Amino acid sequence: MFTIDLLLNALVAGVLLGGFYAAVSLGLTVSFGQLNIVNIAHPAFIILGSYIAYMCNSLWGLDPILVGIIFIPVFFLIGAGAYRLYYESFERKDDEALRGLAFFFGVMFIIEVGLIMVYGVDFRSVQASYIGQNLRVGGVGVPTRMLVPFCVAVAMFSAVYLYMSRTFNGRAIKAVAQDRLALQLMAADPVKIKQLGFGISIGTAALAGALLIIIIPVEPSVGRLYIGQVFAIAVLAGLGSIPGTLVAGIVLGIAESLVSTFFGPSWAPAVAFGILLLALAFRPQGLFGR
Amino acid sequence: MCMKSFTKIGLQRWLTRSLAAIALAGAVAFAAPVQANDTIKIGFSMALTGGLAGAGKGALIAMQVWAEDVNAKGGLLGKQVELIYYDDQTNPANVPGIYAKLLDVDEVDFVVSGYGTNLIAPAMPLVMQRGLVFPSLFGLAVNEKFNYPNYFQIMPSGPEPMTDWSRGFFEVAMAQDPPPKTIALVGADAEFAKNAVNGARTNAEKYGLEVVYDESYPPKTADYTPIVNAIQARSPDIVYVGSYPPDSVGMVKAATEVGLKTRMFGGGMVGLQFASIMTALGPKLNGIVNYDFWVPEPTLQFEGVEAFLAKYQKAAEGQGVDPLGFYLQPYAYAYLQVLEQGITGTGSMDHAAIGEFIRNNEFDTVVGKVSFAPNGEWANTRVLMVQYQGIEDNELATFATAGTRVVLYPAEWTSGTVNYPYAQ
Repeated sequence: MFTIDLLLNALVAGVLLGGFYAAVSLGLTVSFGQLNIVNIAHPAFIILGSYIAYMCNSLWGLDPILVGIIFIPVFFLIGAGAYRLYYESFERKDDEALRGLAFFFGVMFIIEVGLIMVYGVDFRSVQASYIGQNLRVGGVGVPTRMLVPFCVAVAMFSAVYLYMSRTFNGRAIKAVAQDRLALQLMAADPVKIKQLGFGISIGTAALAGALLIIIIPVEPSVGRLYIGQVFAIAVLAGLGSIPGTLVAGIVLGIAESLVSTFFGPSWAPAVAFGILLLALAFRPQGLFGR
Repeated sequence: MCMKSFTKIGLQRWLTRSLAAIALAGAVAFAAPVQANDTIKIGFSMALTGGLAGAGKGALIAMQVWAEDVNAKGGLLGKQVELIYYDDQTNPANVPGIYAKLLDVDEVDFVVSGYGTNLIAPAMPLVMQRGLVFPSLFGLAVNEKFNYPNYFQIMPSGPEPMTDWSRGFFEVAMAQDPPPKTIALVGADAEFAKNAVNGARTNAEKYGLEVVYDESYPPKTADYTPIVNAIQARSPDIVYVGSYPPDSVGMVKAATEVGLKTRMFGGGMVGLQFASIMTALGPKLNGIVNYDFWVPEPTLQFEGVEAFLAKYQKAAEGQGVDPLGFYLQPYAYAYLQVLEQGITGTGSMDHAAIGEFIRNNEFDTVVGKVSFAPNGEWANTRVLMVQYQGIEDNELATFATAGTRVVLYPAEWTSGTVNYPYAQ
């Protein structure tokens, strides 16, 4: 069955979903794409962000997005600390390939178990005025539960993109994995630069977690479900490209939505990962990779 | 010289420690039978982490309440009951190993299943090989392929679990005026949901409904708006959903946002029975007709259920589990009551005798009288169809009282009438 309204609804739903996908992938684009750190624990940090949003929402009625923004600096510091530990333990000894991966697996399990111990295993949700509302433009419905996270995601991308492209430290983060020596010759400390970059990467998880719990209920292990998706988006974007991550998220979101609407939702992952394979076959560096 | 001394000292230490270990092992080996004679060990795996942990941990608390109750009464056959369990992490691959350990290392006397279809089936081959009685907790149609005579399912699906599961949904719909003519079927691409939707498909054919939408979706779907839009485009008279907790929430939110126009919506949505999800969705639940197993309606006040819930709710405080415990928990208590009555009824620990006894008798439990069909399912279905009605807030107390989940089916347990049609 095909109607123009159905097509427009699918496109709008896809764009909004894509913005959310991109938001949860942004941190990985920075850590995996730009810093060359395979942070398997990134989804767990996002779930931690979700639980903090839940806690502040349920205890004090604070808006989850506001909580996400407030906790960005806290997550930044956690990220900077985690990188320092990772650097001292593995990277400095050129031992990060396998042991570093195991380190982040460990971090993931610690976060999960910590959340289970504190909050238990029940599903958690948040309340906000925009959850459950729907704007109608002609025959097209725009659920505010998806629209608000999309707008926040675009704002977050803009902020990170401007920082990365307009500041010395931002450009240094983009350069550090490519040429440490050149960076040192510019009087920048590669370790501090990577620490800054990893802090930003984890900082985005605070806000992405708030967006996640607005969209779906969470429990401590739900992050594992999305590991494949966030890595796929980071790779499709071209490992390290911030605008590319937003575009890749939206491409996958639209593909999923169109396939769900017109061909059945069971085909959605196959088509999404088919796009990834095709992109890598014809453009191995990803959509926006160099 | 120094190295030689070190080696000598090391050897002495190694010998001392080895002798101590052997002595300790011997003590344990001799002590174990004494302990085994004093206790009846019941082993099981349970989802204490992972996707089903919310329900699994609640079930464990209910089982611990049962063990405390039994031990307070003097135990079984004069022996105290001990529960031995391991976290299967909601991962079916962990289950066979856990049951092998329970039987061969822990030497338990009985095993019962963990929670959920996917985590029961992997234990079946080992249980069958050993000829054990196997009380089972909420598996849908697990014994269809195994045909194991000592399998006893406490979930009240009925003797034809695949179709009995959704029969109430169809019975309620077909009794309305005008009756529906078309149906949309949608479910998660996972074991339970597939079984539920397969049964609904068979029922749709039986009741002469035209299926206008029939799709499954991957469990990690984040947004259900496109699915609900696609369903809406086909204008089905009723919509049957087989889903797990996160998808159930996604489907309800999307149906509310899209303004799904259909006469009945729901059916097999897992999670809408959980307190955390009910309080999160609140008034969005109004009008949904969904399966349930126990709700605080006056028609379902079985002997002992109130006392059990009081103990459970006290034990669940601060545990991060369902604070009400209406859904799975009474049944987690009841499947151990069946085993208990099997042991006391035969006065033995012989699995064949206990299996025979359970097959041929009726049991008084906190979920009412239970008897089993030859395939190990309940002899008569009691999958309730309830409708969420009159919910105006998100407070926990709202869902703890009668009247918010009205029983529509089976007729014997009805506590109200349906609001028809459902329309958002």
